[in-house]
Amino acid sequence: MKKRELIEMYRMMLLIRRFEERCAQMYGMQKIGGFCHLYIGQEAVGVGAIAAIRPDDYFISAYRDHGHILAKGTDPKPVMAELFGKATGVSKGKGGSMHLFDLERRYMGGHGIVAGQIPLATGFGFAIKYRKQDQVVVCSFGEGAVHQGAFHESLNLAKLWKLPVIYLIENNRYGMGTPLERASAVWNLSQKACSYDMEEEVVDGMDVLAVCDVVKKAAARAREKGEPTLIEARTYRFRGHSMSDPVHSHYRTKEEVEEQKQNDPIARFLDKLFKDKVLTEAAAKKIENEVKKQVIEAVEFAENSPEPPLESLHEDIYA
Amino acid sequence: MATKVTMPKLSDTMEEGTLVRWLKKEGETVDAAEVIAEAESDKATMELEAFDAGVLKKILVPEGGKVPVGGLLALIGEEDEDIGALLKEIEAEQAAAPAEPAEGKEQAAAEPVPEKEAAAAVKQPAAAAAAEPEKEPAEDTAAPGELLTTGGVRIKASPLARKMARERGLNLRRIAGTGSGGRIIRRDIEKAGPAGVRAAAAPAGAGGASEIPLSSMRESIASRMTLSKSTVPHFYLTVEVDMDRAVEARKSLNEAQSGIKISFNDLIIKAAALALRDHERVNGSFGEKGLMLHSDIDVGVAVALEDGLITPVLRRADTLSLGQIAQQVGELAGRARERKLAPEEYSNATFTISNLGMFGIEEFSAIINPPQSAILAVGGVAQKPVVREGELGIGYRMKMTLSCDHRIVDGAVGALFLADVQKKLENPMLMML
Amino acid sequence: MAEITFREALNQAMAEEMERDPDVFLMGEEVGYYQGAYKVSQGLMERFGVERVIDTPIAELGFAGVGIGAAMVGLRPIVEMMTFNFSILALDQIVNNAAKLRYMSGGLINMPIVFRGPGGAAHQLAAQHSQCLDPWFCNVPGLYVMAPSVPKDAKGLLKTAIRDDNPVIFIESEVAYGYKGEVPDGELLIPIGVGEVKREGTDVTIVAWSKMIHVVLDAANNLAEQGISAEVVDPRTLRPLDEQILITSVEKTNRCVIVEEGWPYAGVGAEIAHRITTNAFDALDAPIARVTGLDVPMPYAANLEHAVIPNAERVIQAAKQVLYI
Repeated sequence: MKKRELIEMYRMMLLIRRFEERCAQMYGMQKIGGFCHLYIGQEAVGVGAIAAIRPDDYFISAYRDHGHILAKGTDPKPVMAELFGKATGVSKGKGGSMHLFDLERRYMGGHGIVAGQIPLATGFGFAIKYRKQDQVVVCSFGEGAVHQGAFHESLNLAKLWKLPVIYLIENNRYGMGTPLERASAVWNLSQKACSYDMEEEVVDGMDVLAVCDVVKKAAARAREKGEPTLIEARTYRFRGHSMSDPVHSHYRTKEEVEEQKQNDPIARFLDKLFKDKVLTEAAAKKIENEVKKQVIEAVEFAENSPEPPLESLHEDIYA
Repeated sequence: MATKVTMPKLSDTMEEGTLVRWLKKEGETVDAAEVIAEAESDKATMELEAFDAGVLKKILVPEGGKVPVGGLLALIGEEDEDIGALLKEIEAEQAAAPAEPAEGKEQAAAEPVPEKEAAAAVKQPAAAAAAEPEKEPAEDTAAPGELLTTGGVRIKASPLARKMARERGLNLRRIAGTGSGGRIIRRDIEKAGPAGVRAAAAPAGAGGASEIPLSSMRESIASRMTLSKSTVPHFYLTVEVDMDRAVEARKSLNEAQSGIKISFNDLIIKAAALALRDHERVNGSFGEKGLMLHSDIDVGVAVALEDGLITPVLRRADTLSLGQIAQQVGELAGRARERKLAPEEYSNATFTISNLGMFGIEEFSAIINPPQSAILAVGGVAQKPVVREGELGIGYRMKMTLSCDHRIVDGAVGALFLADVQKKLENPMLMML
Repeated sequence: MAEITFREALNQAMAEEMERDPDVFLMGEEVGYYQGAYKVSQGLMERFGVERVIDTPIAELGFAGVGIGAAMVGLRPIVEMMTFNFSILALDQIVNNAAKLRYMSGGLINMPIVFRGPGGAAHQLAAQHSQCLDPWFCNVPGLYVMAPSVPKDAKGLLKTAIRDDNPVIFIESEVAYGYKGEVPDGELLIPIGVGEVKREGTDVTIVAWSKMIHVVLDAANNLAEQGISAEVVDPRTLRPLDEQILITSVEKTNRCVIVEEGWPYAGVGAEIAHRITTNAFDALDAPIARVTGLDVPMPYAANLEHAVIPNAERVIQAAKQVLYI
């Protein structure tokens, strides 16, 4: 990978981290309402996967979507504005944290029902094949979604019809407060691919380059052979399931969280970039300041934007 | 400038949090993103992080303290910063608006009430509309929003029938309904009168008659009195009351106090109400359900109006003092003349008193208001030549006639009651017992 | 003009639209090789190929979602539900995605999808295969709901639905597939939200849709013999509803009977009754009567089923009731 690309990945991960930290503060100050699911700790998965695909490839995910839309290249300003419920938001204030969209950049949302997006992703794959095009689809979802019927129905259809879809499990080990071993008969989730005779991969979700590699392979497989892949990325969230949920309680200890924080994907990557002389301390500091500025500008933009007008209540229900 | 640490919103439903534990002491250094305290929301216990680095200058809420979302918890500033002024400012702010959270809650609590009030308010117009029958509607049919009644019974008509009746100037009260439940429907209107015919109030030529449209009150009186006279077996009992002591009592009462003036009618109401206690059948009714005795004594007092009459009711009249009777009668009669009585104020009396004495009437027989069992008609108080112990003298006399429904009140029963009333009027001090 | 069956009308509509626009495709269980469970898609696979007429496994949630995803990126799917009973499995995708994605995305996402299939009872299919779910879909903002009763309406409305950029729930009836009717030649497009008076009359308005229209027309003939002139109004689209045609009729006749196959509680007829009461109150000479399917799960036995589904006798009775006869 080129230096420039590596630095871009680092910058993006840091942007997501700082953006999400600011969201936590904004939520506490009641600027953001409703549900707010932070991506802190999982940055390597989203950034690695999106770096591995083309801009015209599709990406769809669930409600922990702030990191994904930023990684796809959307400006943080309208994203923060959407979280603030302003008219300048990516969904005009009508969607909120769980329903962020940027169709131009092929980020297809932002979905609230667990596993609800998986059949949709399969549909994108269907359309690509129908039109004889060569894009691929990356469908991200949590390990909790794997137990929904929608997951199984989709994987069967994707393999049966040879659809170019990459099913990416972001396994952060915990639902809201239920650990995987209490929800799943099987620990190695990638195993489920064999039910559908599908290719499977397991990857360290805290290693952005490893994720990027695996998704690149899967994308090639999809593009060239029309074959879907199931990827299990093992990652960890450093915050609660959402802003309403505790970081640690009955389901995991504080010590475990602290230990996992030693494996911070951003710190790890930065270390590697320093070691490989891709980045200097000064350059890293510069990036830190630029990212900080971007986030502050995003908040200002959101703060100064107007609320959606009441008339918009009845707009966009029908074409 | 020191930064304020506030209670964050830790869940989408949280309104107040408890500061469970401080993990840092005043004076300790704090790093950005370092956990400085634990707070409890309605869902879980969460860690509070400082957003900026500095020194924890002041803790404003002790462990266990409850703070609303957005409320102040602590101040973080530079090591050598003086926060005295800021603290004073905070104290002043808190003194000025301590009740905000409570108010918020009260407002929230207050919200459901307006709904109930609104619901009650919705009922009011209907009730008020029901009161309106005493008013004359512009047309013979109820205006929108009014309940149409006749003799206290609601008239049912389909929306189409109402519209047609209005257009044709027909009076729904005079039309029989053949729809379900006696509803007046289109064919009933068509039968009643073809389109284009209006009830005319045309004055005739010389010597002719003019038709006056009936007000709803007139209609009501007409139908109720006809019903009473034709179906209730009336008989009448008359006594002449020696009013000397009553005249004296009234005079001294009105001289001794400058409050409300007691009238003869007030004395009669009191006497009758007390007497009804011992003669329950006279306080009864004969209706669809048969013979009913009422536990409360609710006396209706007839009040003449410009074009009719109405009987406001004194509830539990036997428990009212003379002063209370006088005050209530005055107030009710006043409002009656202004057409401002609510239906429950002129309905469901158990006994009625009608006094035409002020018109110079000596005696008369009144028609019972069904389903009551009796009505007392009172004439004027006048000086008459009387015989006392064989000598001719002058005395105050008044005649009362009790009309009775023979189905429930027999001659003796009525007579005993009437005698009781007479006795109380002739010995007013008895009413003090 | 030609006289064709309801199923032929649907077949023609789909074929014409698939011919006209290469983005239109059909997907569902047994629609391809089997020629359609009710033969509605007969011949389409042979004509347009396996890539455009797609047999799915039994996975309603899955393939409804696939259709919705395909619509999101610009294709125009027709998703066949073998019967709408099975659509309950796909409700999450239909309600949470198809109906709402345009709104949640602030207008970014287009949703040109049609979910079509038979709804309501056939003959003795029992409780799980006889449901009339019209009101479930009518309740959701973001969906259009159509329920044609005759071949001409089936063809004209399905073509319009396929060309429309909104998600349409298109409810047919197994029992009606064989009905014949006149269908005009040439391009036939019936607009959404426009009803039709199927029979003019003066004494009572009877509102019905889908296969109930045929029950009602029977009843109307019978009423005519008794000297009662019934006006039969078919809204054709249930959401959005053609209020004006209903109001105009009730203002003429002063009384209304609504006939629907589904259950009474919160049925579509309840909404129609509310609209008429609100907008034509002074024209009403009697309360609006409803004849609905009985409030029971559909029983198997033939005599019991006959009692549940509205029939001409019940419609006649209701008409007489509002006429106070």
